[in-house]
Amino acid sequence: MKLNESVMELKMFLLVLGLLVGTGSPDMGSSQGKCSESLVQGPQTQENRTHTTHSKKPFPVLSFGYDYVRLPFEISLWVLLASLMKLGFHLMPRLSSIVPESCLLIVVGLLVGGLIKLVGEAPPVLESNIFFLYLLPPIILDAGYFLPIRQFTENLGTILMFAVVGTLWNAFFVGGLLYGVCQLEGHRLVTVDLLSCLLFGSIISAVDPVAVLAVFEEIHINELLHILVFGESLLNDAVTVVLYHLFEEFSSVGTITVTDVLLGIVCFLVVSLGGIVVGAIYGILAAFTSRFTSHTRVIEPLFVFLYSYMAYLSAEVFHLSGIMALIACGAVMRPYVEANISHKSHTTIKYFLKMWSSVSDTLIFIFLGVSTVAGPHEWNWIFVVATLIFCLVARVLGVVGLTFVINKFRIVKLTSKDQFIIAYGGLRGAIAFSLVYLLNTDHFPKRNMFLTAIITVIFFTVFVQGMTIRPLVDLLAVKKKQETKRSINEEIHTQFLDHLLTGIEDICGHYGHHHWKDKLNRFNKKYVKKCLIAGERSKEPQLIAFYHKMEMKQAIELVESGGGSKLPSAMPSTVSMQNIQPKKPPQDRALPQLSKAREEEIRKILRTNLQRTRQRLRSYNRHTLIADPYEDGWNEILIKRKKMKELEKKISQMNNYLTVPAPPPDSPTIARARLASGEMAGKNISFSYFYPQAWGLKSATESIPSIKVDLASPQSPESVNIVDEIGMKGSQPKVSEEGGGLTMKVPSPTKPRKDQTTDEDNDKEPQQRLMRCLSDPGPAAEEEDEDEPFLH
Amino acid sequence: MGSTSSTLLKIPNVEVLMQETGFSPAHIIRLHDRFKALDKEGRGHLCPQDFGAIKELAMNPIGDRIIGAFFSPGKETVDFHTFVKILAHFRPVDKDRPKEPNSPEPINSRSNKLKFAFQLYDQDKDGKISRDELLKVLRSMLGMQVTEEQLESIADRTIQEADLDRDEAISFEEFRKSLEKVNIDHKMSIRFLR
Repeated sequence: MKLNESVMELKMFLLVLGLLVGTGSPDMGSSQGKCSESLVQGPQTQENRTHTTHSKKPFPVLSFGYDYVRLPFEISLWVLLASLMKLGFHLMPRLSSIVPESCLLIVVGLLVGGLIKLVGEAPPVLESNIFFLYLLPPIILDAGYFLPIRQFTENLGTILMFAVVGTLWNAFFVGGLLYGVCQLEGHRLVTVDLLSCLLFGSIISAVDPVAVLAVFEEIHINELLHILVFGESLLNDAVTVVLYHLFEEFSSVGTITVTDVLLGIVCFLVVSLGGIVVGAIYGILAAFTSRFTSHTRVIEPLFVFLYSYMAYLSAEVFHLSGIMALIACGAVMRPYVEANISHKSHTTIKYFLKMWSSVSDTLIFIFLGVSTVAGPHEWNWIFVVATLIFCLVARVLGVVGLTFVINKFRIVKLTSKDQFIIAYGGLRGAIAFSLVYLLNTDHFPKRNMFLTAIITVIFFTVFVQGMTIRPLVDLLAVKKKQETKRSINEEIHTQFLDHLLTGIEDICGHYGHHHWKDKLNRFNKKYVKKCLIAGERSKEPQLIAFYHKMEMKQAIELVESGGGSKLPSAMPSTVSMQNIQPKKPPQDRALPQLSKAREEEIRKILRTNLQRTRQRLRSYNRHTLIADPYEDGWNEILIKRKKMKELEKKISQMNNYLTVPAPPPDSPTIARARLASGEMAGKNISFSYFYPQAWGLKSATESIPSIKVDLASPQSPESVNIVDEIGMKGSQPKVSEEGGGLTMKVPSPTKPRKDQTTDEDNDKEPQQRLMRCLSDPGPAAEEEDEDEPFLH
Repeated sequence: MGSTSSTLLKIPNVEVLMQETGFSPAHIIRLHDRFKALDKEGRGHLCPQDFGAIKELAMNPIGDRIIGAFFSPGKETVDFHTFVKILAHFRPVDKDRPKEPNSPEPINSRSNKLKFAFQLYDQDKDGKISRDELLKVLRSMLGMQVTEEQLESIADRTIQEADLDRDEAISFEEFRKSLEKVNIDHKMSIRFLR
């Protein structure tokens, strides 16, 4: 079976390759799409002008006009190739468990490049502006948007040390020693001057985020190491940018003075901080925009992508660090945007980012392989080998030295195992390649040699280090990532401990980590959230949001678990076994039949969630209730379901009464209402709104809500259908309550996060909609922690 | 330094203190200075009002619990020894210390840190966090933003998740188990007190 699959894979691969090669010179980097006239046009126009000079050709039924679509066609073919390769690798699990994907992709690139060369065409090279403008941003945005902020900020000092000091050390060590080697070597290399060597050193010393992500994704290492290496690869971009520009500028001049060095340091600060500021500004803009998108949910993801991309481009305009801008933008906007946008938009953003970054990543590696074949190369044994050795040595020395210093300041120290992984995980990648490619051959006559050396280093790190890191991680028994999700216990206790530590710090009089974090949180809650989050969500504590997410996931799990009758153990044990038979109109027969017990569980969960939505609803306005049936229908369903249940219970209990004078004390709803009304000093509770004939709105003097059910109405109790109220025009009094905990207003931002599937017909049985809602698997079913980036 | 040794001499039983808590002399002096700063009337011990005067602590949702932790049951004042001993819980763990046989567990061990946190939950000191105690904590942390039913359902769920022996309360072992993935050594340490 597996053989057949791989044979099919091979056939597909060859087909695609054939298509690629056969479509003429795939000069992707520089060709422009020529809109040449198709053959269909030609004969006709000619015919119209001159009747006599040409004999009439038969009307061409089918013609071939490739140039018209050439560019998009080739781009699509490349992307298709990349995606098919990715597919193929995962069909061969044995191979993909030994060799990381990046290596396989480079090999594929080499093959494709070789094939193209065999045919006689010039293989395309990874053009730098395509790389920097189109291929790199999605990966970085994906990383930045899903960056685990907590771990990142906790280790920020360490990360900065590695990124800034480590990269500087690497750059000067490699550059300086290479210069020495070049001088010593004699005839061929002596032309390479110090500045060129330093420039080369600075390019090659930067750890590459793309490569690190690609390899570290697969080894599932513990979060600390992951964030250290990955954070370093992101933050060293600023250093690389500054050093690159510094050395490039002055290589033409030939000397560097002390002022230049000082200016360089200032430039570094400007580049990094400027990049962050630009990113933060765009992030805040995006958050602010998302506040108003409740009516145009469809384009919400577009705002996120556009603002982030603009942040990147704006930073690049001023030669600031585009990567840092992108990271800052994503990290800043995320908490606010996620509070504002709909669940579907959230899913869309997540999947688009993953998709784009995945495709980008694949394309980058393939093109790296193809570019290697394309050349131009200049091989110099001494230079290349020296580069390789110095890079490795510099990395190890740098990590060891820095860890020694850092450990004096860290609470949880880095062990030697950690140091080894950090050193070993310093992979180089396509950014270095592209930077060298950008070099001007006039200023740098030895550019081709640099290119060759860089490619060698990249290949070595990706192949050798990438392949061996997984067995080494297992061998050294490095702690792996914990797969389980956070429990509510952890969440509560962690918050508790945060408060505790802040308090202790205050007692000690020490303005430490917790103190500033607490201040920031308070500032955030007081001012920022109010501006950037729409509506009621701005006041929602984080714990509640977490709790609701959990409950929702569980409700969905419950429905999805299908036929099994086992209840999950985390269900609250106080399930109320109200055996209510909801009245099902005939069209309900088609529904999947859930077991009674499960229904109760779902109701219990939904009821508990309902309390939250009930709290937020303020003034009833029929317009707002109807206006957004997709988004807010969920709340409607829950509320109506609840009310209907209570109502039917009442009805079944009391056959003869016309009104319910006082609610029975054990009714949970009313008990809660009483509690709430006790809290809110006896505000009027507008339960009565929802009952079909309950017109009597009592004044605020009543402390107990009265539910009026008029059974003698023309509408028989059997057909009590709460949803009908929506259809009633004008007869419902408007209920507006301010500050009451139990009045109704449909919250404009959507929460809970399950949107109702498109169902305009409010007359359908709420339970039916409920089931349909719950049966939509969505991303929540995948049980993944949204904070973790993945590229599969 | 002459001043340090003279300050040290002024503090009674300072060697015992240093040995019990593991603080260095510099830290003891720093804490002593802080103690004196808090003890505005110079009585040599602290009372709850002195703690209450710390502005940020008043804004802390569990501020009064923390203050309460300093005062052992029945006592109204905190002397310097108790002050230091309580703060010793938050010293970062020394991984390299050789384990002397028969020596008591250091105050800042993971287990003792957790015990301290547990005691803050468990106000009536019965060894368990009951539902009511949990509710009180949740209420103080979440305040007025949440309805009572929500708090109750969260509390129910929390207990259900953690409660392994089904006694509707969280014992210390269950507490410890629910936090086994959290890096307590890191989370409950203040760098300043190294």
